[in-house]
Parts: sequence; structure tokens; C-alpha cells
Amino acid sequence: MLQQIEGSAAVAETVATCRPEVIAAYPITPQTHIVEGLGDMVKRGLIGNCQFLNVESEFGAMSVCIGASAAGARAYTATSSQGMLFMMEAVYNASGMGLPIVMTVGNRAIGPPLNIWNDWSDSMAARDAAWIQLFVEDNQQAADVHVQAFRLAEAVSLPVMVCMDGFILTHAYTRVDLPEQADVDRFLPSFQPRQALDPAVPITMGAMVGPEAFAEVRFLAHYKQLEALDLIPQHAAEFREVFGRDSGGLLKSFEAEDKKTVVVTMGSVIGTLKSVLADMRDGGASIGALTIRSYRPFPREQLRAALAGADRVIVFEKSLAVGIGGILAADVRVALANPAIPVYSVIGGLGGRPITGENLRRMLEKGERDELEEPHFHDLNVEVVRRELERLREIGRPGASAENILRDIGVVSASKAF
Amino acid sequence: MTQIPDSGQRVKFYQTGTFTAGNRLLDAAQRSVQASVERANSLDSGHRACQGCGEALGARYVVDGALRATDNKLIAANATGCLEVFTTPYPESAWRLPWIHSLFGNAPAIGSGIAAALRAKGREDVRVIAQGGDGGTTDIGLGCLSGMFDRNDDVLYVCYNNQAYMNTGVQRSSQTPPAARTATTPVAGAEPGSPPGTGKSVPLIAMAHGIVYVATASVHDLHDLEYKVTRAMGFRGARYLEVFVPCPLGWGSKPADTIKLARLATQCGMFPLFEAEHGELTAATKIRQRVPVEDYLKLQRRFDHVFKPENAHQLDTLRGIAERNVRRFGLLAAEDAS
Repeated sequence: MLQQIEGSAAVAETVATCRPEVIAAYPITPQTHIVEGLGDMVKRGLIGNCQFLNVESEFGAMSVCIGASAAGARAYTATSSQGMLFMMEAVYNASGMGLPIVMTVGNRAIGPPLNIWNDWSDSMAARDAAWIQLFVEDNQQAADVHVQAFRLAEAVSLPVMVCMDGFILTHAYTRVDLPEQADVDRFLPSFQPRQALDPAVPITMGAMVGPEAFAEVRFLAHYKQLEALDLIPQHAAEFREVFGRDSGGLLKSFEAEDKKTVVVTMGSVIGTLKSVLADMRDGGASIGALTIRSYRPFPREQLRAALAGADRVIVFEKSLAVGIGGILAADVRVALANPAIPVYSVIGGLGGRPITGENLRRMLEKGERDELEEPHFHDLNVEVVRRELERLREIGRPGASAENILRDIGVVSASKAF
Repeated sequence: MTQIPDSGQRVKFYQTGTFTAGNRLLDAAQRSVQASVERANSLDSGHRACQGCGEALGARYVVDGALRATDNKLIAANATGCLEVFTTPYPESAWRLPWIHSLFGNAPAIGSGIAAALRAKGREDVRVIAQGGDGGTTDIGLGCLSGMFDRNDDVLYVCYNNQAYMNTGVQRSSQTPPAARTATTPVAGAEPGSPPGTGKSVPLIAMAHGIVYVATASVHDLHDLEYKVTRAMGFRGARYLEVFVPCPLGWGSKPADTIKLARLATQCGMFPLFEAEHGELTAATKIRQRVPVEDYLKLQRRFDHVFKPENAHQLDTLRGIAERNVRRFGLLAAEDAS
């Protein structure tokens, strides 16, 4: 059903059609509207016998989902940013126990400095947690991929994060064709776990495992992720049959074929990027883009094949591994195994910094000339950074820089930076 | 089985002079779950607890009691800790009921999640307990515990209180009494052992949530323990039971003294036994024969230093705690109080 709807509401409506049985909710911006929407529907009795728990923390939220999933219920929660870090111990626990929980991540920066805006620092902090991570580009994808996420999680017995850019998607009102209940029921069978906590079959779950078996358990998580590499395209194809539209999959080409320069990215920035690239192509540039939709598992082979004809790759990401550079860029380099072609790492949009067509184009043209440094910080105010570094050298004592930066760019006035 | 007629007489176990709570003195209906050949034996033999472990004994009676009260329809969530480690070294498990361990600090929330799943599936005949040690309950797990209480989730949470982090090597917890020696509160300085003025009462915190049932019990009185478990399982909603479980390893006591220490702790006033409903105290077990706090302390090496003349003030601190418990919970019968 076509609707002009907020991204969070579209996700809530879609999750409701997936017949969740237990939802644990803790508010954190910008995820909050999703659980508000679901709470409203549960209270009105619109999601069957679904239980909605207002928990005391994100750690409690994930833990409630773990208990519910272990008892055989389809469990869902949503989080962002600091909240995700607070639940992190339970995030690892859910995947380690093979529990097919689905969680929406309204991607947001991690402070300090406190910043509620979008980047990918939160879900990137969990990239090695054995969860499947699916990134979406717009709110149609956001809705559709949640339906596929439950199917995938339950097929491989691993939890799935659906990562959507905070505010840019969660708070955007766009046209979304909401999945219909009958179609969802056709695509998504009911949750039938291999084992569950049940007095009729008393099992022990979560036993202590020593060196003799731990490596095997971890390998199996890896193996299941590799299985997902096959299942994700299969599910996308089945989804197309039932719903009549393309959603999900491992990666998506935006005229990347036979281009000299290919931009690799994830999430919503492709919206801006598409029009910039079209303009550049109109001006004669040979440039296209690829978005990675399945970040974990990472589609190494598919990416390598898609980039085979490129002269250079520019990886644009809203995440930074401090001390080395781009996170997605490192994965792309691994995928290319022995890159004879340059792979540039561009880090931008951190903490919600606007990514504009103009500044993208400036960066991409620099990339086309092979002039990007490693890594390249997109739209960085180099002068402000230089002045702060000078101050730090003069003072020679540890301390935070955020306030000085704000004074320097004139956001707050103060007599003296220190 | 021969039916022993109800004598109508109030049974006084101390008539035997041994404090033995003998089943044969009781009506058949009042006898211990463990006296029945049909007992669940939920925590099976062969686990790896230390000799004299109060927690193993307490857990077996608690879970057996809860199983009987629920017609064996029970699921247990367990926090990380001694109880988890000594019962489930992969691929072995000592548990004969569905049991899950997730993390150190989330057993109450795991219990909440299981209870929610059962509600969603219309299986409210299956009940849930969650359990952990004092560290997992009153320190790292207190947030989740408070949330479970606050939402009034249908979970009985059982804390086995041995007053320190025993599994990791006897570090101080918020249940460690002042002056007690632990690995992180060594015997040194002007206030050897755990600092004065620290610690908290989680039963009272639980009562402040207004939950339907809160009780304390001890492994020296297993009839009382079973009664409280049965009573707890008779309610729906969030419930809290704290069981006093001496730890020979952590306390420096003889394994053979576990029951004796548990009894002395209650008879000197250091560990009051009581029940509360909806935040109101409803019953407190009177002290039968009051003993000096020293009788309890002197059997434990963790308190050796309090008997040195220079630490006499520590002994006073501990006596003060016992004295306030006696007053606060009315632990003396009227004739004894005079």
C-alpha cells in the first residue's frame, strides 16, 4: 500500500506485519519513533498477542530479546549510538547463542563530543559481533529489508541488524509501498526454532565452553554468515516474486559497469551521489557507484567481480577506525585481494556533517586525478584542525578539544581557547 | 507410607536439643520436598561445587521447591557465577530443567524475556525463575533486576548471597559486611577488611518497588526456605527471594560448619529472616536462642582481625548491625526482648 510516511513509521508498520511476539523498547534518538509506533500498535491489540516491554536500558532490551528468543518467540528491538554500545555485551551474546533476533539500528555517531546526528560509528562498533548487518539506501528498502531480515535470521540462526541512516532516513517522509500482511505471510513463515526452553524437553543453553570447542563455535558463526551470502540473493529473488519489486541483495550497481572510477559506499548517501555522478557523466567522466547492502557477511567475490574493470575505486564511508583510516575501505581492499588498482579511502558525513553534491564532486574530481591522500577526510576544516594542534603543542597537557573547535569556528563565543 | 497423625502441637525442633529439623516430627503435608521419592532433583549430583557449598544446597532446595509448586513446568535463567560454572561445564549439565545462562548482569531481563515469550504463546502455566549470586544480583545485575521489579514481570528472582565474588576469587561485593577480608579489601590499614558504612540491602530495595513478595531465607532452615519458595510461586508478578549461603572457600570456614554458620548468622541478628508483601513487612522469624555476634564471626577466618584489641571498634560495628536488625525487624520474642 503506497503511503507518504516517515521512515520510522514505515519500519514500525512493516515489523508489525512480521508478527513479532516480544518487543523490547528503550528510547534513544533517532530510533525512538520506531518503538513508539510499535508500542502503540501492541497496546491497541493490532499485533496479535505480542508483548511490548518498556525496559530500563538497552542492555535490558537486548537481554529481554535473548530470553524471549531462547524461549522460542520472534523478538525485535531497535537502537542507536550510545545505546548500542551500552547493550554491546548482550549483542555478542545474542549472536553467540545463535538467536535470530532482528534489530533496527538508526545509525548515529558516538560521542563525545555528544552528537546525535548520523554516521555509522554505532553499527561499525559491532561489525565483528557475528550479527548480519544489512544497510538500506531509502525507506522503501528499509521497510522491505526488515521482512527479509526475519527470514534470513531464522534461516541461518543468527541475529540481523538492519542499518538505516539516522534522521536522513528515520525522520524522512517519503513515499513507501508498505508490505501487505498477506504478502508478508507468504514470504515469512512462522518462527520454528530447532530448540527452545521448554519443560517438555529440558535443555541447558549457554553452557561454559573451553578451548577444546570454542574455536569450532566461532567458525560455525562464520560459516553461517557465508551461507547467508547465498541466501540473501535467493531471498531477494523470492521477495521480488511475492512483492513485485527489487529490494535487498548483496550489493547494487548504479551504472558502475565499465567505468574507470567506481565509488563504493553504503546507505542513503547514494541519493545525493547518484545525481552528482549523472552530472559528471554528462560532462564526460567515466564514473559510477556501487552500494554494499550486506556489510556482514561481506560480499567479497561479488564486489571483486563488480570492480574488475575499474581503474580506481573511491570508498566513501561515514565511519573511521581511528589510528588507521576507513573501515569499509579496508574491507574493500581485502575483497580486491591484491589490488593493482588504487582504492581510496574517503571518510565523510561523521556526526551528521552534510554531504553535498558540490563537496562530493570536488572530492570525486580529485580522486579521478589520483590526488586523494590516504585516508582522505571529506570536507575537513584543515585550518581549524591546524590551529587546535598548535594550541595543544603549546599547552602540552591532555584535555578535550571539542569546545576549542566550536570557539574557533565561532559557534560559541569565549574570550580564550585553552 | 504410614500417616503420622497431626498432634495439634506446635513443633519445637529445639526439643531435641540438636536444632535438627526432622521430617518425622512434621505432618506429611509439611514435610520437605526432598523427603519425597518424587522430588525433582533439579540440581543433580556430579556438579563441581566445593565441599560444604551453601549455594549448591540452597539452589537445589529452591529449584526443587519451585518445580513442585509449578507441577514441573519451570524454566530457569542463571547469571554468570559459581552456580553457573560449577553446574554447566560444557558438555556436562547438572540441571534437570530447561536452563539458560546468558551474561553476568542480565539474568533478571532474561527471565523477563522468557516470561514475555510464554505470555505471547499463551503458556502461562509455565513459570520462570532467575537466579544468581550476590555480585550478579546486587551489583552488576541491579539495573535489570530493578527493571524486572518495576514492570512486575512474572519472574521469581533468587539471590544466593555468600557476601562476595567467590567465583572470581573472593572479591568484595555490595553484600560484603564491613570488616570482612576479601581479595580487594585486605587486612591492612586502620580499617582492615571491607570499609565501614558500605553495602546495601537488596531485599529492602526490592520492597521499595512494592513488588508482591519479598523474602529472605537461609540454608540452615530448609523447611522455611521451601515454604518461602512455595509461597513465592503462589503469586504472579515480580518476586524476590534472598538465600543466605555460607561459602567455606571465601569465608575461611570449615565445610562442615556451613549449616552452623547459616544458623548463627540468623541467631545473632546479622541475617534477618523475613517476608514482605507489596512493600510491607508481613513476618519476621524470631530468634530462638540469641547468640553473641562473636560466636558467628569466630568460625570465619575473614573476621580473624576483628578480635585483635586494636580492632575492637570493628567488632562494635558488626554488633551494631546485628542490634539494628533485631530492632528493625523485631527479631526477639516479647519475653526475650525484656
